[in-house]
Amino acid sequence: MKSSAGLHLKTYVLIFLMVIFGPLGNVLLGKGMKQIGPATSFAPADLFHVFVSIFTTGAIWLGIGSLITFFVAYMLVLSWADYSYVQPASSFSYVIVALLAHFLLREDVTPLRWIGVSVICLGVLVVGQTPPRTTEHKQ
Amino acid sequence: MSWEVVFFALIVLAGTAGELCVTRAMKTIGEVTEFHPGAIFRTILRALRVGWMWIGVALMAVAFFALLGALSIENVSFVVPVTALSYVAGTLGGKFFLGERVTGKRWAGVLLVCAGVTLVILGRR
Repeated sequence: MKSSAGLHLKTYVLIFLMVIFGPLGNVLLGKGMKQIGPATSFAPADLFHVFVSIFTTGAIWLGIGSLITFFVAYMLVLSWADYSYVQPASSFSYVIVALLAHFLLREDVTPLRWIGVSVICLGVLVVGQTPPRTTEHKQ
Repeated sequence: MSWEVVFFALIVLAGTAGELCVTRAMKTIGEVTEFHPGAIFRTILRALRVGWMWIGVALMAVAFFALLGALSIENVSFVVPVTALSYVAGTLGGKFFLGERVTGKRWAGVLLVCAGVTLVILGRR
């Protein structure tokens, strides 16, 4: 067993990184896609044009970078912390997405949407408090 | 309207199906107990020999591009909460595809997520 103080600090730092970089990644992808405009045509030429735009937009790459940071933090923390501990903590990312969208992208978040986001957080919190393994472990 | 529904369906269904396939692939490999770079690299190599892993990664790529599609027409503060429906799909998939036992508490959480998503959809302008 490792010393619990160090382990706790390490866990909190990584969960903090997850809760910041996951939502930031989504918000940056949103910003990038808004610059590109609606992608709803699936004619080969349009699709090609959209793919080129996606991979030449800085915000998209920053978003992908943020999501990779999130994913690495998630994988690392799961290597010692229980999934049932990490997953409820990550439910706060729904609130962070709404906050970042409101303050960085100036999105209009209606009161009903805030309530909805809070209820989703609560739901994710409850889902995460259930046992992480219910199937028999095959040898 | 119609494109959004297609994108959201792909994000939730392809994303969840992808995660279930990856889970199934990782379960056939067995529990990972070593985390030094060499062991992680060997685990990745073994995972790539499992067919389910490739199906899973392809489905997750589909979900990623559907997410970009949804973000091109809707606000982030709308798209991300709606994708929480993945918890519903994940619970159903876990139960019927992986044979997991789903507790009453978990169903309660899933219902709360559904209620929250409904409020988010009602709260759009």
